[in-house]
Amino acid sequence: MTELIALSGISKSFGPVKVLKDVGFDVRPGEVHALLGENGAGKSTLIKIMAGVISPDGGEMKVNGRPVRFASPREAAAHGIATVYQELLLFPELTVAENIYLGHAPKTRLGTLDWPAMRAGARALLDSLDSPDLDVDVLVGKLSVANRQRVEIAKALSQDAKLVIMDEPTAALADADAKRLMSVVKMLRDRGVGIVYVSHRLPEIFALADRVTVLRDGAHVGTRAISEVDEAHLVSMMVGRAIDHLFPKVDVPRGDVVLEVRNLAYRDVVQDISFTLHAGEILGIAGLVGAGRTELALTIFGVTPATSGEILLDGKPVAIKSPGEARGLGIAYIPEDRGLQGLIRPQTVRENVSLAVIDRIAKALVVDRGRESALAKEAIARFGIRTRGPEQRVRQLSGGNQQKVVLAKWVAAEPRVLIMDEPTRGIDVGAKAEIHALMSRLAGQGLAVLMISSELPEVLGMSDRVLVMRGGRIVRAFERDAATPDAVGSAMTAAKSGRSLESAGASAG
Amino acid sequence: MSAQTLARPVPARSWRVVAESYGQELVILGALVVLFVGVGLYNPRFLSATSLTSIFVGNAYIAIAAIGMSMVIISGNIDVSVGSLIGVLGTIAGTLAVNGAPVVVCWLLPILIGVAINALVGVLVAYARIPSIVVTLGMLSILKGGLISATGGAWISSLPPEFMIAQFRLFGLPSSVYFMVILTVAAALWMRHSAFGRTIYAIGGNPEAARVTGIRIERSVVAVFAIHGMFAGIAAILFATQLQVIQSTVPPNLELTVITASVVGGVSILGGTGTVIGSTLAAILFAAIGSSLVFLNVSAYWLRAVQGLMILATVLADMARRRRA
Repeated sequence: MTELIALSGISKSFGPVKVLKDVGFDVRPGEVHALLGENGAGKSTLIKIMAGVISPDGGEMKVNGRPVRFASPREAAAHGIATVYQELLLFPELTVAENIYLGHAPKTRLGTLDWPAMRAGARALLDSLDSPDLDVDVLVGKLSVANRQRVEIAKALSQDAKLVIMDEPTAALADADAKRLMSVVKMLRDRGVGIVYVSHRLPEIFALADRVTVLRDGAHVGTRAISEVDEAHLVSMMVGRAIDHLFPKVDVPRGDVVLEVRNLAYRDVVQDISFTLHAGEILGIAGLVGAGRTELALTIFGVTPATSGEILLDGKPVAIKSPGEARGLGIAYIPEDRGLQGLIRPQTVRENVSLAVIDRIAKALVVDRGRESALAKEAIARFGIRTRGPEQRVRQLSGGNQQKVVLAKWVAAEPRVLIMDEPTRGIDVGAKAEIHALMSRLAGQGLAVLMISSELPEVLGMSDRVLVMRGGRIVRAFERDAATPDAVGSAMTAAKSGRSLESAGASAG
Repeated sequence: MSAQTLARPVPARSWRVVAESYGQELVILGALVVLFVGVGLYNPRFLSATSLTSIFVGNAYIAIAAIGMSMVIISGNIDVSVGSLIGVLGTIAGTLAVNGAPVVVCWLLPILIGVAINALVGVLVAYARIPSIVVTLGMLSILKGGLISATGGAWISSLPPEFMIAQFRLFGLPSSVYFMVILTVAAALWMRHSAFGRTIYAIGGNPEAARVTGIRIERSVVAVFAIHGMFAGIAAILFATQLQVIQSTVPPNLELTVITASVVGGVSILGGTGTVIGSTLAAILFAAIGSSLVFLNVSAYWLRAVQGLMILATVLADMARRRRA
């Protein structure tokens, strides 16, 4: 059988940095070929070469057995290659149908857009993706991430793609949406489409992939049939070493109640929330995207101050009306989106780490540079931040290391309550384990940790207790022993509470 | 990869870091040196004391206004009304002076008015959440229209000599040069080493992250505009006292010259990066270019074209740097 696409000896450098060294990769029709590797391993570069975004310095690429050289993504598309990027490249102000047919819309004989054909075509494509619920006339900007992804896939199919490249398609999805996406992928595969599937979520890869290729530091480590490998094997291929504990949860004696929340509400997004959080405890909050978890965190942290209810610290009621007040009370919030809310990307590691305590390390208005540098160096050592030094700009760091900088910034503020929102989203396996280890260590030092996560294994692996949110409320609470995947998973999804997926997704932003 | 990175530690203060932080400033400094040497060789009179003094004296107020402008742009905002504000404040100063107000009042009151006006702009930007370009466009029209209506464009002359602070000399150098150097150095240190300065960089670099880190963005933005108003006030006093008459109109294109100095000086129009040293160097560079055109027998009208080219070149260089990073 001829491969849909076959790459051999591919190499690529950016300046002095070799990002790909002699890499081979191929995809057969009707196959899901997973591409694995830590961040910075060269996956994105390889994808971009196949998609025609960048051209390789050396090596050969064949499509259906014929050598090709793509000068642009358009040429790749003409060869039947479509890419669904992590950051979805859709136009929010255009409708679903317009987005699907953008650039290759059906025309009437007069040369104008053939709207009926476009809408009917879009309808048929979405139906074939088992998405009859998606309206072709709605603006894409109003859709949830999951639905936008379906539009993106429909767009790929509308160009008659034979090979679909998916870059971390489930990274931003909650488990239920991820499952639905996976069934779409299977459907495409059964139709003979070849799929390159990039994901950090190993269970997905075992559920979907036929073969898996692992890259490390730009080099091809190996390609295996999925039946030949297990999870530990893949992880050690990726990181070049074995990771003993994926979730290094340490049992810490539960201390006093630090944070208590009573009947907390923010508008109708967060309702009637009550819980206690103890020193040394990791309290996990599970739920689907749009369940109100991030909104709860933002309410406690004062970004969207509570409209009713009480927050108590050490048993004393406090009013938190701004993030500044929350910080002053010893609460830290590590946001869901590092780039958007966590980091000042043009600034250095030193300047980012000191930002939350900049007032405190200033004497007579002047920042104590010595203390600041010491703080940064200590953070680099303590959190294992891989950087050239305190003066490196954070935008040059990898995702995992950026997350460590955000963590270091807040730990420098010596908080007593640490709220972590999706602490390991989009981070590779090695860095993930490090973040989990740090989390355990911080809890061991008596910090009270509130962890929001859409990854069930993470919630179950790291939490002492698990709260499940749905529709802005806490619907179930589990002790660690009772928190099984089935129990928590069904509490997350059970009995749709009247809110459609659409509105849930839209409010998640 | 990580092992290699750890294995070769780079000293914290490597050239690479300096070049990264001060790239644009070094480029402009180089351009200044090339310009002075080149034009000096062609026409040695360019390097005469009179020529050099006139370059600094006539343009120090632009550099000083650019200090405040740079702070505003670093914070992620912009002010297109600074030219009108300088015109208004200069006229107020001159009017006070010819009406016999004490010179200290003539100098300080306009500065305080500048602070107040721009603090108001800051409040509208920070609390009413109106984009700064809109607020300052409005302010531009109000100030410009108000000034022309109030004065009818009349010139203010017979200013008392003790009011003419820009013409004071110390060790043979005019006071504007001292103002320019001292204010630039002070502002540069303040931006780099004070908690407030850091906050400004953080807000411009990522307002959302700054807010979630517990920084009070609103207050800082008001403060930045107020400080910018102070620099505009000082610039206005120097502008008003450099000649024997005040034209009581808005100097044409002044806001653009000031913004250009900031941007060419390395302040990213997107906010979050740049220094006030760069903007002062750029202001000097413009003045020197303008002056050199005379010595090279080239029409002075080319100055604006040269400034325009420099903006484009700077932004292109900035984009190239970003892409590499």
